[in-house]
Amino acid sequence: MLIAVGSLTVMGVALGGILGAAARFLAVEENPLEEELKAMLPGSQCGQCGYVGCGQYAAALAKGEAPVTLCTPGGKTVIETLAKKLGVTADFSEHEEKGPEYAVIIEDLCIGCTRCIKECSVDAIMGANKLMHSVIAEACHGCAKCVKVCPTDAIVMRPIPETLGTWHWPKPEAPHQHVVH
Amino acid sequence: MKLFPIRGGIHPDYRKELSSEKSIVTLPMPVALYIPLQQHIGAPAEVLVNEGDLVKKGQMIARSGGAVSAPQHAPTSGRIQAISAIAAPHPSGLAQTTIILEPDGKDEWANLPEPIADPLNADPQLIRERVAQSGIVGMGGAAFPSAVKLDLGMRYKLEILLLNGAECEPYLTCDDRVMREHADEVIDGARIMAHALGTPRVVIAIEDNKPQALAAMTQAASVFTGIEVVGVPVQYPMGSERHLVQAITGRETPAKKLTADIGVVVHNVATARAVHHAVRFGRPLVSRVVTVSGGAIREPNNIEAPIGARVADLVAFCGGFAVVPERLVNGGPMMGQPLPGLDVPVVKGMSGILALTAGEIDPQPASACIRCGSCVTICPCGLVPVEMAAFIRKDNFEVAAKLGVMDCVSCGSCSWVCPSHIPLVHYFNYAKGMINAQGREQRKNDQTRILSEAHTLRVEKAAADKAAALAAKKAQAAAAAAAKEAAAKEKEKDETPA
Repeated sequence: MLIAVGSLTVMGVALGGILGAAARFLAVEENPLEEELKAMLPGSQCGQCGYVGCGQYAAALAKGEAPVTLCTPGGKTVIETLAKKLGVTADFSEHEEKGPEYAVIIEDLCIGCTRCIKECSVDAIMGANKLMHSVIAEACHGCAKCVKVCPTDAIVMRPIPETLGTWHWPKPEAPHQHVVH
Repeated sequence: MKLFPIRGGIHPDYRKELSSEKSIVTLPMPVALYIPLQQHIGAPAEVLVNEGDLVKKGQMIARSGGAVSAPQHAPTSGRIQAISAIAAPHPSGLAQTTIILEPDGKDEWANLPEPIADPLNADPQLIRERVAQSGIVGMGGAAFPSAVKLDLGMRYKLEILLLNGAECEPYLTCDDRVMREHADEVIDGARIMAHALGTPRVVIAIEDNKPQALAAMTQAASVFTGIEVVGVPVQYPMGSERHLVQAITGRETPAKKLTADIGVVVHNVATARAVHHAVRFGRPLVSRVVTVSGGAIREPNNIEAPIGARVADLVAFCGGFAVVPERLVNGGPMMGQPLPGLDVPVVKGMSGILALTAGEIDPQPASACIRCGSCVTICPCGLVPVEMAAFIRKDNFEVAAKLGVMDCVSCGSCSWVCPSHIPLVHYFNYAKGMINAQGREQRKNDQTRILSEAHTLRVEKAAADKAAALAAKKAQAAAAAAAKEAAAKEKEKDETPA
């Protein structure tokens, strides 16, 4: 029995030591704040903030290199949660609140240059060289990158209209205010 | 028949006597009908006619827009005046595409599909197709396409077709009148539906406060076997699909499941009548019985109105308003939705138009919750409204969903009973809307991610292919150069004199 107890103890100590050393030397440098911030962002990787995707923006936020007001699709709610998390005051002067949008090509102005097609990261634009292009509204995620590359200003962003299917009751007015004594 | 108790519930003042003794009257044809493309749950219908077209009564003017959708038919003969966006009978008052029909006064039927001979022995698929073509949707208020519900027999083992004649909402009497005056049609429709579903039993449940309807239906059903007409206790919300099933079978529908999962399919009595018309005469759903009632209406009535008649036409037919109404409601006072105005049309799911006075709605400002627990006691779904509302007030939908807000049927009992007049059900409707919107956003984001990944893959593959092609070309060129060189050397050797 002594042998069994002894060998298990030795194994335990040895393996524990290896694990401890591995945790120390092979540790992955990871900022937990970055993950938390990433979870707060919408995750559509639209790139409207100027970074490649939500992960990169979260990394920049965690390092304090980027303002919290850059996420357009997230709107005021996301800005407020980010500001609260990072303990900063959000500067809303730069931010204009707008709902989700989609791109529309004005057919009269399109010259069929295919630049927007190349720019679109979700393949939401159809068309071919010297032929008129068109946006598949359901696939468009409103990043507006195509607007910037269009040489004839033929692309405009339009708000996604509210329908009977998407409308829902707004929040009831606060029924009563709690008075703190 | 043994009945089973349902949880909670309330006993509001029913006020059905305002219109319950008024026979169904047909509305004189209005000067214009406004037929919206979306009168049902699911995809909107797709227009089949153009401005200026002449149409006959019963002609399909918009076809079904998908698997869960319903077509629209001309409620009378006439000319298509316009197809434009007008306000929907919906609390948002948002405009939706609507076909405007100018009646010619002849009310001429189109060539209707042939009646199905001997429907009780016909192929069930034939009946389902006829119901789908006839644009029939649930007429109790939810307006879910009925043909989709008749398909349930293919996927579930069903025992009972439960016909809902409970009509537990105060004021409403349209189902009561349909059962009293057209009992034979309702029973025939129910038998056809039971055949399509493959259910051996038909149970027709009617609240005990409608003794004449119970008598008429029992009489009409007595000649057939396998049909039971049952009086159920007067207890709001008895007419809720899940609760009625529980009262009849004693089985509770699990959360996020259908009543079909426990072997029961529920249809409204007026829907059964519409099925009778579609199968026996080939007539699509072009009119419905609407109760027009409330303290502000001069002469409350039950009106058979063509789909698309304006609410204003029905109110005028009832002698207009006796007093200025405080609120206009589409449906019953408990679950009905406010109407954005009088210019909206009657749709297939509109069971009532109520013009309520201030005394009837008795609006009171909300005050603080006193933790009395009344809402918990009466919640027929076994939820804890006070707790859910507290989290929703803080926009914490995650916890609200865990507490079961999505299982709330929005019956309004909690708001009705609350002594502090907290708009509880309004909070739950808000939360349900927000959770659904978040779900839509999540699906959109997932789709965007998939598309974006596919795009990246495609671009990378194109680049790799290009590089490979370039490399191949280079290799070829190199090989050609080497061959040339070798040939040149050979030549040189040849030319060198020995």
